[in-house]
Amino acid sequence: MTAAQRALPRRWPLLRSGNLHGGWPSAFWFLLPALIGFVAFYLYPAIRGVYISFTDWNLIANEGDWVGTDNYDRLLDDSRVWDSLKVTIRYTVINIVSQTILAIGIAVLMDRLTKSVVIRGIILFPWLIPNVIVAMLWVWMLDGNLGIVNEFLGWFGVDPIRFFTDTDKVIPTLAGINTWRHMGYTALLIFAGLQTIPKNLYEAAALDGATERQMFFGITMPLLRPILALVLVITIVGSLQVFDTVYVATGGFGGQPGGPANASRVIYLYIYQNAFDFNQLGYAAAISVLLVVILLAVTFVQLKLLRAGESDLS
Amino acid sequence: MTAIADRIEQASGAFEPSARLRKLGIGRGTAWLILIVILIVSLFPFWWALRTGLSSNSELFAGEQSLLPVGYTNNNFERVLGTASETEILDSLGRQNTGSFDFWQSLKVSVIVATAITVGQVLFSGMAAYAFARLRFFGRDKLFFLFLSGLMVPPIFTLIPNLIFIKNLGWLNSYPGIIAPFFFMTPFAVFFLRQFFLGISREVEEAALLDGAGHFRTFFGIIVPMSAAPIATLAILTYITAWNEFLWPLVVARAPERQPLTVALGQFTAQQPGTSPDWSGLMAGTLLAALPIIVIFLAFGRRVVDSIGFSGIK
Repeated sequence: MTAAQRALPRRWPLLRSGNLHGGWPSAFWFLLPALIGFVAFYLYPAIRGVYISFTDWNLIANEGDWVGTDNYDRLLDDSRVWDSLKVTIRYTVINIVSQTILAIGIAVLMDRLTKSVVIRGIILFPWLIPNVIVAMLWVWMLDGNLGIVNEFLGWFGVDPIRFFTDTDKVIPTLAGINTWRHMGYTALLIFAGLQTIPKNLYEAAALDGATERQMFFGITMPLLRPILALVLVITIVGSLQVFDTVYVATGGFGGQPGGPANASRVIYLYIYQNAFDFNQLGYAAAISVLLVVILLAVTFVQLKLLRAGESDLS
Repeated sequence: MTAIADRIEQASGAFEPSARLRKLGIGRGTAWLILIVILIVSLFPFWWALRTGLSSNSELFAGEQSLLPVGYTNNNFERVLGTASETEILDSLGRQNTGSFDFWQSLKVSVIVATAITVGQVLFSGMAAYAFARLRFFGRDKLFFLFLSGLMVPPIFTLIPNLIFIKNLGWLNSYPGIIAPFFFMTPFAVFFLRQFFLGISREVEEAALLDGAGHFRTFFGIIVPMSAAPIATLAILTYITAWNEFLWPLVVARAPERQPLTVALGQFTAQQPGTSPDWSGLMAGTLLAALPIIVIFLAFGRRVVDSIGFSGIK
């Protein structure tokens, strides 16, 4: 009998003995479909992806020869890789800052004003809509000639802004669109976190004469740290992998995906182009490996820095 | 019931937070105003798409910016649905239809793909989750950890190997090819259901097992009915995610008759000319493609909203 089994109450003799839930024979059929899926579409491709990055795989011939570290050597010298990383990081930083600040604001407002499911539903709604549709809605609203947003800005004397055709503005524009889609989701995560903070902490602080500002930075933010760490990991990892919005929003209406002048060519798009436009799957796989390393490093560092597992509440 | 509970909660919390907000210098009214602006920002693009879809292109190009449709017409929706005649198309576009997609065929693909993925993924992930939550077998915790580590694998990394795998199976441009990678499991689904199964009392289950029911009968007869709510929530989230998927069907289904709505709409956008694109047709198509998601959300919004806190906090 294992320690875990001994911990079970005596009225469950079969569980205590371990006979009832014993072994692989009974578990096998429950696990089989999921195991097939995991091995075929997660484990095997992850290993094969690394292998492909050492070949010159060609999708049309569907074969590739071992080329050693050629793809990685090329990657280090390819300024377009580093340009696309810079574009991606710029997008991520703008997106994270705007999204997190807005989401904290919305969450605090909702926490104070209402727990209405309808209001939470409306705020969450854009998150459920496919990226493709979100991109199209905003391409129309932000159109340089006919867009309602430029019309609106015109009332305040602002000249029409070329949101998608100006190389400096395209990335902030895309980040703004993504912020619109995700701020409700992030706000709900933070809102859920706010519900875990005991209200009597605020009452006690208020009795001691703490100001609203002191309570926000002294109580709310520290106790929200675990959820903020999680939110930041989700949003940063997600932002580094942006693709759909960029592909659709910059690819239509006579434009090239990643345009204008590659100002919005994010790393995902560059991988996509190498694989499916240039038919260099080995090289695309090598850049993917680089991206995975970056994603793992970001996640690891963030969780360490934010000590996500710990809450000051215990 | 819950609505009443909400109202009581609001009423009882009304005093204290408003006093605190006043300290901040923001009245309750101002706070509500900000929240309402956020709600409008969340919903306005959808109204604008509907308004544009019901407008005629010629009036749009004349620069009309009324909040209501300009030059009201059903023609754009009819064009997308394929019920408009050639002359009607010429009338509304002033030219031949450049770029189009077969809405009904793509709708069919989206429905088949999302339904198959939801059924397979929820069933098989649920079975695996039961094994991880309840059965005892060698290496269980290590295997579960391995499954969870699949959460860290970014989709782009497995995209290329998976595509080669599907190509080798001869499944390009086919339903099995689009469905397979999501059919058997996702690490999130297994994790999500395992959490719920762990929380179910063992007593009923123990009784069933003592009565000689096998694990399959226990699972389908007791565990599944007792977990109907979380299973429904997961099914809704899975359906929406499958409906919104873009990158995988984009690379695996190049043939128009196997493209789901997201991909078909993306291609439709890419075919639009830079000068005088068919805005009203695009917005009509966009809304129609989002309609199933909107209907699901109206029907099951509360489940989706409530699930957000769970997936965040665990």
